[in-house]
Amino acid sequence: MANRVIAWIDQRFPLSAFIKNELTDYPTPRNLSYWWNFGFLAGFMLVLQIVSGVFLAMHYKPDVSLAFDSVQHIMREVNYGWLLRYMHAVGASAFFIVIYIHMARTLYYGSFRAPRELMWWSGQALLLLLMATAFMGYLLPWGQMSYWGAQVITSLFRATPWVGDHLVLWLRGDYVVGDATLNRFFALHYLVPFFIVGMVLIHLVALHHVKSSNPSGINLAAKDNIPFHPYFTAKDFFGLGVFLIVFCGFVFFKPEFFMEPVNNVPANPLQTPAHIEPEWYFLPFYAILRAIPDKLGGVVAMVLSIMIFAAMPYLDRSKLPGGARFRPIYRISFYIFIADVAVLSYVGAHPPGGVLAEVGRVATFLYFAVFLLLPLVSKKEEAWLRARGLPSELEALVAGEDDKAGGRR
Amino acid sequence: MSEEDKVDPERRDFIVTTTTVLGAAGVAGACWPFISSMNPTASVKAEAVTEISLQGIPPGQVHTVAWRGEPVFIFHRTPEEVAAMQKSSGGKDPQADKARVKEADWLVVVGICTHLGCVPNKVADGWLCPCHGSVYDNSGRILSGPAPRNLDVPPYKFIADDKIEIG
Repeated sequence: MANRVIAWIDQRFPLSAFIKNELTDYPTPRNLSYWWNFGFLAGFMLVLQIVSGVFLAMHYKPDVSLAFDSVQHIMREVNYGWLLRYMHAVGASAFFIVIYIHMARTLYYGSFRAPRELMWWSGQALLLLLMATAFMGYLLPWGQMSYWGAQVITSLFRATPWVGDHLVLWLRGDYVVGDATLNRFFALHYLVPFFIVGMVLIHLVALHHVKSSNPSGINLAAKDNIPFHPYFTAKDFFGLGVFLIVFCGFVFFKPEFFMEPVNNVPANPLQTPAHIEPEWYFLPFYAILRAIPDKLGGVVAMVLSIMIFAAMPYLDRSKLPGGARFRPIYRISFYIFIADVAVLSYVGAHPPGGVLAEVGRVATFLYFAVFLLLPLVSKKEEAWLRARGLPSELEALVAGEDDKAGGRR
Repeated sequence: MSEEDKVDPERRDFIVTTTTVLGAAGVAGACWPFISSMNPTASVKAEAVTEISLQGIPPGQVHTVAWRGEPVFIFHRTPEEVAAMQKSSGGKDPQADKARVKEADWLVVVGICTHLGCVPNKVADGWLCPCHGSVYDNSGRILSGPAPRNLDVPPYKFIADDKIEIG
C-alpha cells in the first residue's frame, strides 16, 4: 500500500528522486571535520527560534503599557513560559555563536572561493537578516537596555545625508522609540525569519549545486565522496547532541548569562542607564562605530565592517586551493583577524575613552587592513610558496590554474 | 580484513533502533512544554471558583454571573414555576427537575446553548436561543430546536443559606 502511494506521488512529484539525490545519496566529501557541522546546527537554531518565538507570540503583547508585564506574565504564569523565553533568549546567542563559527570555518578553509561565491553572498544576506531580526527582537521585552539600544541604533540612520531626520522619524513612527516602534518591530520580528527561511533555501540549492567544500580546499574526485546518509546524518546528529548539552546547560542553569540585568527595569524614555552596550554579538561592530570620531564616518565604517566579508572571493588572489591548510601566511592573517575581533569585542563592552579608545582605533585599522592587504598578501604568499617548492600534486594543480588563466587571455 | 573488523549487522541494528527510539522519545518529550504553554495559566484556572451572593435576587428573576468567563444563569423560581417544572420531565433529554437543582427555588445552569454556544434569552416559560431557535423550559431542559442536551448544571454548592460557590 505504502509503495503504491509513493509510486502515485512519484508520477506527479519527484519525491523519491529528491530524497535520493539530495539526502540519502547526496555525495559528500569523506574528509569533512566537525567544523562542517555548524551549517546544520544553524538550521536547527532557525527552526527552534521560529517555534519558540511563535509560542511566545501567543502570550506577548506589543504595546508600551503591556509589553514589559506580558513578559513577566510569560515568566511567572504561562505554563513553561520561562522555558520558552529562556530558550528563545539563549537561542539568539547560540544562533550567533553557531553562525560566527560557520563563518570562521568558511574563512579558514577558503570555502567562499570559486565556485561558492553565491553561497557566501547568500550567507552574507542571511547574516544581515539575522542581525536585523535579533535587533528588533531585543526591543520587545521593553526593558531599559531594549529601549536605549533601539533608540541608539535607530539614531544611526540620522547620519544619512539630507534625509536622516525624516528617515529616523519614519523608522520610529514617533519622535522617540514609542508604541508605534514597538508594534512595528514586533510585526517585522515575526516576518523577517520567514525571509531567512527563503534565503536558507537559496543557500541550500546553491550548496547542492556546487557541493560541500572540504578541509583540503581541493575539489575531490567522485570516488572520494560518500553518501550523506547514514554517514553525515549520523555525524550531524551526534554534533547536535553535543551542542544541545551545552545549550540546555545554559537554558536551565545559566539562563541569564547572556542577559543584561538592567533590562529587568521597565523602559524609561526620560532616563538613560549609566552604561549601555549592545548584545555581545554586536560588540565588534559597535566598537568600530565608536572608534571613528565622526558621526557619518563611524556609521559607514560599521556598515563596511560587516559588508566587507562579501568581497572576500575577490580579495583572495591566490591560485593555491582552499584556505589556511596549505597557506601559512593566510593562516596567520586569519588568527590575527580572530584576535582582533576579540579585542574589538572587549573594547565595545567597556565605556568609551582613555586607553581603550586608542586600542579601539588600532584594532579597527587592523580589522580593515587584514582584508585590504589580502590581495597583496595572497599573491606574495603564492609566489613565496612556489619558489620554496610545492608538493608535486599541488604544483600540478596550481599550474593547471595558470594554464586556464593563460587560455582566457 | 582482520577478525576484529568484521561487521556484526545485529549489533549495528540494535544501536540504530535504540538511537532512533530514544531520539523519537526525546523529541516527543520536548514537544510537551510547547503544548502545555497553550493550556490555561494558573491565574485563569484560579477564576474557575466563584462565590455568588443570592441576596437581592427577587423571586421570578434571573441573574447572569460570569464563571470562568462563561455566563451562569441563577434563577430564583416562584413556587408556581417550581411546581410546574416538577410535574414535567422535559423534552428530548428527559430529566427530573429535582436532579437539576440543590434547592428547589434556585436553578443554577450554564447559560450556553448546547447546540453551538450562543447565550439563550429569558422568555416567559424558559429560554429561547436567538441563534437557531432552541427552546428551554424553566428547568433549563431542551424542549425543541437543534440543541441536543439540557443546559449544563455547573458544579456548585451552598456555602450559606444565601451564598453559593460555583466551581
